[in-house]
Amino acid sequence: MVPSRFIITVIGADKVGIVAGVTRVMADFSANIVDISQTIMEDLFTMIMLAEVKEDNFDLAAFQKTMSEKGHELGVEVRVQHEDTFRFMHRI
Amino acid sequence: MKTLSVSCTGYNGGLPVFIHLEEIVETIKMVTNENLDIRTVTMGISLRDCSNPDIDILNENIYNKITTYARDLVKTTDEVENLYGIPIINKRISVTPIAVVAESCDVPDLTSVAMTLDRAAEDVGIDFIGGFSALVQKGMTPGDMRLIQSIPKSLSSTKKVCSSVNVATTKAGINMDAVALMGRIVKETAEMTRDQGGIGCAKLVVFANAPDDNPFMAGAFHGIGEPECTINVGVSGPGVVNSAVRALEDPSLGDISECIKKTAFKITRMGEVIGKEVAKRLDANFGVLDLSLAPTPAIGDSVASILEAMGLESCGTHGTTAALALLNDAVKKGGAMASSSVGGLSGAFIPVSEDEGMIRAVRRGSLSLDKLEAMTSVCSVGLDMIAVPGDTPASTISAIIADEMAIGMVNKKTTAVRIIPAPGKVVGDTLEFGGLLGTAPVMAVNGFSSEKFIGRGGRIPAPIHALTN
Repeated sequence: MVPSRFIITVIGADKVGIVAGVTRVMADFSANIVDISQTIMEDLFTMIMLAEVKEDNFDLAAFQKTMSEKGHELGVEVRVQHEDTFRFMHRI
Repeated sequence: MKTLSVSCTGYNGGLPVFIHLEEIVETIKMVTNENLDIRTVTMGISLRDCSNPDIDILNENIYNKITTYARDLVKTTDEVENLYGIPIINKRISVTPIAVVAESCDVPDLTSVAMTLDRAAEDVGIDFIGGFSALVQKGMTPGDMRLIQSIPKSLSSTKKVCSSVNVATTKAGINMDAVALMGRIVKETAEMTRDQGGIGCAKLVVFANAPDDNPFMAGAFHGIGEPECTINVGVSGPGVVNSAVRALEDPSLGDISECIKKTAFKITRMGEVIGKEVAKRLDANFGVLDLSLAPTPAIGDSVASILEAMGLESCGTHGTTAALALLNDAVKKGGAMASSSVGGLSGAFIPVSEDEGMIRAVRRGSLSLDKLEAMTSVCSVGLDMIAVPGDTPASTISAIIADEMAIGMVNKKTTAVRIIPAPGKVVGDTLEFGGLLGTAPVMAVNGFSSEKFIGRGGRIPAPIHALTN
């Protein structure tokens, strides 16, 4: 299978355990972290990861749901979007 | 500046492309704070092979064809929405103009066809179906006449069906008999949906130069020259443009134009990637990407607000037409650069009831029907979602349509009228439709009569610049 790459954004108030919680879910879904970066933007903790998935039976909808639930638990917004969203919008 | 390296196989010779974190956050803000959305994924389906003199067989053919082709439209669109994380608000279907499909049926009333469309739309789970339409710019066939006469009853007995009638083109001129008839049809449609504020008229458009591939309602139909099945995408984002313009510090008009172009480019790119993916998954042609700034009643998601951001105190004041011309042109240029499939209407819409800034402008007296008409000469479409008093004569509605058709015909552009003579309402009253259709303040019309002019009928000939061959 051609690997799929997703941009995962985590935005919210900073607190202990965000990275641990989010990466735990990623591990459960065999999503590998290719790149990771974090910054403070407009007073909000912003973590952005590029994740790669090679599994044939990867269930995007279930992954998004679990990530979003985990975010809710941690008090942050978590989004999982295909990398093309950003590549197409900002580059020719 | 921090970046993430994003893979780019097949682009840039496979070198990684670096996406700045700010760009990622910008995209997310467009969706969460500025109402960026794909307004509609519209599947165009040809019904040409459904024709049959027996209307029951015709209806069965139509139902079967739509539910077969569009069976997975909603599911697929939802999957693509999740993949890219960009909301897709509506899923719609456009079909071959029913006047053509039902031409050979010898029955006086085509309401059963509208009800079939409605049932098919309901069963595949889409929001609207367009194409209860006739193209009569140069004259009417008996089938066209039957369709038009069936519009009031059809729109009052269905929920999702949209209807349109093209009464003028630059090449053919204006069919004034059809214009006169449509004034009466609009009035009758309002009366038949009286208990819902005349909502039938919100699903009825009268066109000049109607495009064959427009994904937006209520005017979408699947043109005669279109393939069997296409996916057309309508992208929107007045809120995004509004925010971008407002973020500029003391800009010149050139700066504003440049900013709108860049923003339109980004929005269009998003639509293109989504449209192509949906078409691929449904094994359909990717038709066009229609980049139209289609406002919603949400605060800030407003075309009027963009015009005010350029420096006008209130939309509709002097200078509004010029500001709108700048906006419309910059949107097209950004869109054309971003995709080679830009089509449909592509420009700025100015529907009054659906735009919180327009509603405000009408209420505070800065925006009149006359100014709106002037604005339609420089933007896409026309007098859209305008409520007028319920006692407006049919001939006045026809005359409003005729004016708008003349603007479209002479300027070689699409214009349209979607007007609601609000039953029992007078100037100053308000019509509440809710949802995307919003709130329409009832606007004043000119009280002097146009009856004699409209009563003459016949045709306004095509302009001299139609002779291009």
